[in-house]
Amino acid sequence: MKSGSKLEKVFAAGEFAVTAELGPPQNANAEAVKKKAQYCLGNVDGANVTDNQTAIVRMSSIAAAAIAISCGVEPVVQMVCRDRNRIAMQSDILGAAALGVKNLLCLSGDHQKFGNHPESANVFDLDSVQLIAMVKKMRDEEQFLSGDPIKEYEPRLFIGAVENPFADPFEFRVPRLAKKIAAGADFIQTQCVFDVEKFARWMKLVVDEGLHEKVYIMAGLTPVRSHRALRYMKTEVAGMSIPDELIKRMEGVEDKEAREEEGIKICLEMIEQVRNIEGVAGIHLMPIGWESITPVICERAGLLPRPKV
Amino acid sequence: MIVADRKPIEEILNSIKDYERIMLAGCGGCVTICFSGGAKAVELLASQIKMARKKEGRPIEIIECTPERQCEYEFIDELAEDLESVDAVLSIACGVGVQAMNERHPDTITLPGLNTKFMGYPIEHAVWDERCAGCGDCVLEWTGGLCPIARCAKKLLNGPCGGSADGKCEVDKDTDCVWQLIYDRLKKLGKLDNLKVVREPKDWRTSTNAGQRRTKFEEAML
Repeated sequence: MKSGSKLEKVFAAGEFAVTAELGPPQNANAEAVKKKAQYCLGNVDGANVTDNQTAIVRMSSIAAAAIAISCGVEPVVQMVCRDRNRIAMQSDILGAAALGVKNLLCLSGDHQKFGNHPESANVFDLDSVQLIAMVKKMRDEEQFLSGDPIKEYEPRLFIGAVENPFADPFEFRVPRLAKKIAAGADFIQTQCVFDVEKFARWMKLVVDEGLHEKVYIMAGLTPVRSHRALRYMKTEVAGMSIPDELIKRMEGVEDKEAREEEGIKICLEMIEQVRNIEGVAGIHLMPIGWESITPVICERAGLLPRPKV
Repeated sequence: MIVADRKPIEEILNSIKDYERIMLAGCGGCVTICFSGGAKAVELLASQIKMARKKEGRPIEIIECTPERQCEYEFIDELAEDLESVDAVLSIACGVGVQAMNERHPDTITLPGLNTKFMGYPIEHAVWDERCAGCGDCVLEWTGGLCPIARCAKKLLNGPCGGSADGKCEVDKDTDCVWQLIYDRLKKLGKLDNLKVVREPKDWRTSTNAGQRRTKFEEAML
């Protein structure tokens, strides 16, 4: 075992893994984290604690992860390259591991332009590929990036990375994934899949390269409550592919409750579809602003109970 | 070349509000090419300032000049005599010129009239794009001649982020994603293998992170 995390064990046991997002609050309220942790408890194998996503200031992902641990939920700590240099990142990696964190997801991070401090400086001392390699070096070579030794107590982390099969250049998305794997990624979570056909095309390329045998790939899925959310993502978020039929289908439902039900149904159908694509080892749920739906989806998709590992 | 924009006129007027006689110094170098600081710009700005001050009832005298380059001592030393008669200098050279003036003529304050922006070149008439960040360790050899340090909003070295769509950068839809351009160029050159290499973290010491940089050309030293 590289980390001994629950998520790693679930994959190692050949089980279909499930993670879900746990967004920290925009204040210092521990109870808010605990409440969201309850949605995850027993329903998923890991809770992704986001790191100031969309560049909006939120409670530290590591602090929120420690609270999740106290609730019995295993966190997947997200770490972005936007806000910290290699010194601060390594320091936080040691701190996270000391607090019991066993999974770390490495990302470049949304540009600060999209957040609530667009006038801030960004860092990007490292990019996501270099961050992955650094975490692996800390874990496997017991060395800091500088080559200085980490004396005992190296951070034992299961290393995650992300990939967006829907961004451009499409032909480079698989080679880029291969780079992340070469750098040391153990598992991959993808950007939200709405366009299953394009995702399947990407997965075929992944499988053709044999990459699914080197890394566990989790399809990212976002349940949505309205056609407006879909339309917003289609027009405003770069690198998203959202089929028009999906928007039409949501638009066709008048009643709010019925629309939520339609959103759940779509998500369940997509879980079924991606499960049947070769090389998909799990799903990652990103119910933006709708975390309470995680247990419902896991239940109705037949993903419960989660394996005891 | 160094590209600079003129500061807003209100900011300029405010910075010289206490003075009755100034020198307005342009530069015959880069900022002449980008229209913000050459002899013509000096003429135009001088008349704008004079008009504004006249309207306020506090006329100002302006000595206009445009040395060949404001960033070299030999060209700005020539200004010494005129400087004796002015309260301040308003420079419409880049930040390098402003500092050269202050260093060489310490008894007179030289104020900036431009915002210095970047190193780049015109991509069409009167439009300039940034091309070099002066990082001190050029990567153009393996990127197909396109710089991700200057042109990627995240300075990524291992390929495009997830926000590259239809060839554009997610940060500004009018800006090309440089990683798309790099990919296309390397594909054309048959060098896509360059992108398969995991690029190591950059050593930023050669950039602005180690304080002021200095360079020497030993052969030419006296």
